Amino acid sequence: MTRLSRALRAVALATSLAGLPALAPSASAADETGAQAPKQYFPLATFRVGAYASSGIPSWAGIIDYLRYLNEVEGGINGVKLFWDECETEWAVEKGVECYERQKGGREGSPVPVFLPHGDPVSKALTEKSVADKIPLLTTGYGRTEAIDGRVFPYSFTVLFSFWSEASSVVNYIAEQVGGKDKLKGVKIATVYHDSPYGKETQVPLDLLAKTYGFENIQIAVPHPGNDQSAQWARIRQIKPDWVFLRGWGVMTPVAIKTAAKTGFPVDRIIGGIWSGSEEDVRPAGSVGKGYLAITPFPAGQDFEITKKIKAAIVDQGKSDLKDLKSFGSVYYNSGLIETIIAVEAIRTAQARFGKRPLNGEETQWGLEHLVLDEARLKQIGADGLVQPLRLSAKDHEGGGAGKVLQWDGAKWTIVSNGWVKSDRELLLPVIYERAAAYAKEKGITPRSDDTAEASAQ
Amino acid sequence: MSFFLETLAGGLLAGVMYALVAIGFVLIYKASGVFNFAQGAMVLCAALTFVTLTERDVPFWLAGLITLAVMVTLAVAVERVVLRPLVNRSQITLFMATLGLSYVIEGASQVLMGASVHELDLGISDLPVEIGPIQLSSFDLVAALAAGALVIALALFFERTRIGVSLRAVADDPQAALSIGIRLPVLWAAVWAVAGFVALVAGLLWGARQGVQFSLTFVVLKALPVLIIGGFTSITGAIVGGLIVGAADALAEIYLGPLLGGSVSTWFAYALAVAFLLVRPAGLFGERAIERV
Amino acid sequence: MPPALATLSGLGAGRRPALPALPARTAGLALLLAVAFVAIPLTATDYWYNAILIPFLIMALAGLGLNLTMGYAGQASLGTGAFMAVGAYATYNLLLRLPELPLPVSLAGGGLIAGAVGLVVGLPSLRIKGFYLIAPTLAAQFLIEWIFNQVGWFSNYATSSAISAPRLVFLGHDLSSPAGRYALTLTSVTVVTVVAWRLVGSQTGRNWRAVRDGETAAAVIGVPVARAKLSAFFVGAAVSGIAGALWAFAYLGTVDARSFDLDRSFQALFIIIIGGLGSLSGSFIGAAFIVLLPILLTHLSNAALGGALDGGQISNLQRIIFGALIIGFLIKEPNGLAALLGRLRRPAC
Repeated sequence: MTRLSRALRAVALATSLAGLPALAPSASAADETGAQAPKQYFPLATFRVGAYASSGIPSWAGIIDYLRYLNEVEGGINGVKLFWDECETEWAVEKGVECYERQKGGREGSPVPVFLPHGDPVSKALTEKSVADKIPLLTTGYGRTEAIDGRVFPYSFTVLFSFWSEASSVVNYIAEQVGGKDKLKGVKIATVYHDSPYGKETQVPLDLLAKTYGFENIQIAVPHPGNDQSAQWARIRQIKPDWVFLRGWGVMTPVAIKTAAKTGFPVDRIIGGIWSGSEEDVRPAGSVGKGYLAITPFPAGQDFEITKKIKAAIVDQGKSDLKDLKSFGSVYYNSGLIETIIAVEAIRTAQARFGKRPLNGEETQWGLEHLVLDEARLKQIGADGLVQPLRLSAKDHEGGGAGKVLQWDGAKWTIVSNGWVKSDRELLLPVIYERAAAYAKEKGITPRSDDTAEASAQ
Repeated sequence: MSFFLETLAGGLLAGVMYALVAIGFVLIYKASGVFNFAQGAMVLCAALTFVTLTERDVPFWLAGLITLAVMVTLAVAVERVVLRPLVNRSQITLFMATLGLSYVIEGASQVLMGASVHELDLGISDLPVEIGPIQLSSFDLVAALAAGALVIALALFFERTRIGVSLRAVADDPQAALSIGIRLPVLWAAVWAVAGFVALVAGLLWGARQGVQFSLTFVVLKALPVLIIGGFTSITGAIVGGLIVGAADALAEIYLGPLLGGSVSTWFAYALAVAFLLVRPAGLFGERAIERV
Repeated sequence: MPPALATLSGLGAGRRPALPALPARTAGLALLLAVAFVAIPLTATDYWYNAILIPFLIMALAGLGLNLTMGYAGQASLGTGAFMAVGAYATYNLLLRLPELPLPVSLAGGGLIAGAVGLVVGLPSLRIKGFYLIAPTLAAQFLIEWIFNQVGWFSNYATSSAISAPRLVFLGHDLSSPAGRYALTLTSVTVVTVVAWRLVGSQTGRNWRAVRDGETAAAVIGVPVARAKLSAFFVGAAVSGIAGALWAFAYLGTVDARSFDLDRSFQALFIIIIGGLGSLSGSFIGAAFIVLLPILLTHLSNAALGGALDGGQISNLQRIIFGALIIGFLIKEPNGLAALLGRLRRPAC
């Protein structure tokens, strides 16, 4: 009896904590508005610690600087100011879930309009919870590809550029370089990928594209974390591909560039994916990174209209969240800026229907599914060239599906593609819908029909 | 054939980089019987200190000296705060303590020096050089030379200095060593300091290759199989173990990987280590008989 | 060390007067089950279920599994994460491919398969012992993670080799709400803990302890050493396997092999070292410590330091404190928190 009762008493000890009043949510909100009007809560799940902190830190700065800019210059969204707090996830799934649970209840009377999971594994872990809680997950440039089908995944928004679109746009960019899609036949494209679910996401679309266009599709895995790749690049030296599509994460990218240079593979024939295309990825590779290409939905640069406004109102006033100002206008900084613009515009769209007040997740979900960011609207925001034109619907949670190609000149990125490189969405979407339907069947989900999307928001 | 040789050479050179990390483990294991998981954090700490200094225009040699001073201070602190109170405790407890230590060192390094990625340019070109039929990088050759120099320096240190002789005495028979008046605390601090120096060399070479960032701490995971194969107590073993692991990883990835779907190097070294452990429990160059039934 | 220790010992102290005089064990047990099964479902919020109670119970179970292998039978293992992964993937495949099986049977089946894998991983223990045993268990850790990542069959060829929970239904009840998942977790943990408790009190448990305390002596007095070692690996891995299945389905909902990486194994190791090797209650106390401490530290540092430091600094400071606490416990309380709490409670009884 002794051991069992002791064991169970231990459970009681720990669980009796549950009887305590729930710990108050953190008090570190960047509460910056003095007005009495109700404010919109905007939770941030951050990772400023751990192996990926260097990529996270500039992104939060992009988010926070834009929120500050909105509050200080534009007076919030239609007069509704924003406030936020941070929860540290260390990019670990279980901590991300804990943050989501901590933040999802809202704060100071404001519900949560949208949640930015910032991590492929955690976004997958939250897929079902978010449906139960009616909180949209906004995943820009990552997340479950099948979630493009909002009829099956009502609360997951793989907005902008899914991994499938990423693969397709890279193939299309290569097609442009070799003189058209009909010239792709026989071209060797080797995909060097991080051996994880994220890394493998592009295998199916590349297979399909290879069959369609006749290029040779070679897949080479790099085990996590990827700090030694001599074997992989020795193989590439042997295969002699025409192009390498590099889908890395963290330290894998600089090591790949260095090892490529070491084995004599031309760096300007490597196209990095979304998460291999930041300053933080290339800079550690040093001078050999010159000429390296990357596709991204987050073009770097400081010359966009909105970026100039933020610089004048926030950065130059010493109010930026950036500690190291050289990251201003970087890929990660702009990624934070872009996802916040999308979230804010979705809230704005929903406000037009539900009223100018703090919104909940269900209302913002309606806003996201009716979001239209055309050239004209993007010009108004000052984000043309920065954000690609988007039109979301229940059937299409991606909207854009295009990226720009950047080239590293040794010190900064320059845009080398002719505008946005589009993906073959018409080819990919049927397969994506098929997979979403299979998921729905396995999970026993009855997909919404396109028109009930409207009704369900009521 | 030349492809095989090239893969082998590339693997062996990668193995040298593993060996550099493994040497730090061997030193500490010899002196205090700990598998020091914090060695990875020490590599990060050393590289981060060094690169933070050089980014502030501190000359190369001075930055090296200051970093060394930091590592020595760290070694003394570790001896005082962690090792001394845990004397005579089980190996697994000591191992856990170094896990805790790695958290402290990683956290402290990042509080003080930030979490961003730094470029570290040692001024050694990392471009291919053709040597006969195979192609190598000059950087790899420098790394191999550095490892060689380090081994010679450590060998001399252990042959010629008092601390070195004491260390061998302790490794042979701790009781006897104590009874003839060897002061363990001093010895421990000294050995941790030397391990700090080794961490600095490893941190610089690894940092130049992949950038100075948090993931430097991951290199420890490759060190354990290196140690099992080479033996926990032998520096020569660490080098040979490193070479075996590097070569085996590269060859397995090339020849076995395509058959099995890639990424075999995440476990291949460990499988090899288990095989060694079953056949030759003390490792190739291990001195002490390890526990086995 | 102060905040968490103070909290835990404070709680111990707070509960002391509530303990009745002598039939304390039975009454304490009843009280505890009442709290866990009745009081909590009446009061807990989603946050408590999803972020604290469920992960705490599951990690306690994972720790319990490792404690059986390592704490009771003395066989070091860094493969807990791998065993959890096997449990999760095995349960997933049972639920998927044999839908007629009721949920508890699939869960138990997943545990047994994990146990069988644990048995194989434990085979080298017949030749290697002590610290060196971490090598084969680490090999298993990496190999198993790799297998689930590579072999599509295990994840039913999902795009990204991630598995997600099929509907959790038992006897017509849908268990997918937070309260339902808590009930599933709590029931499983209670049942497994009872079985483990019976086991450690049985001849098998005595054999384990005999092997741990001295193999040669155990062999001399006729303990079947090899069988004891292998059974310890089997049972420990089976318990961890059930924990893994719960982690996947009752906690996260969707997992891939990386959810069960080496960090998870380290976490289990921390739990039993801090809680107490060779103590069932230690697994629970250690899990409470590991799961709650970071959350507590976040709240405390937010309250104390608020705007003074940015999030990154606070998180790094937490990392330092966490590491220092582990070292502190190893130095000051080698038998774990279970022993510490035992000492605190004794004067009152």
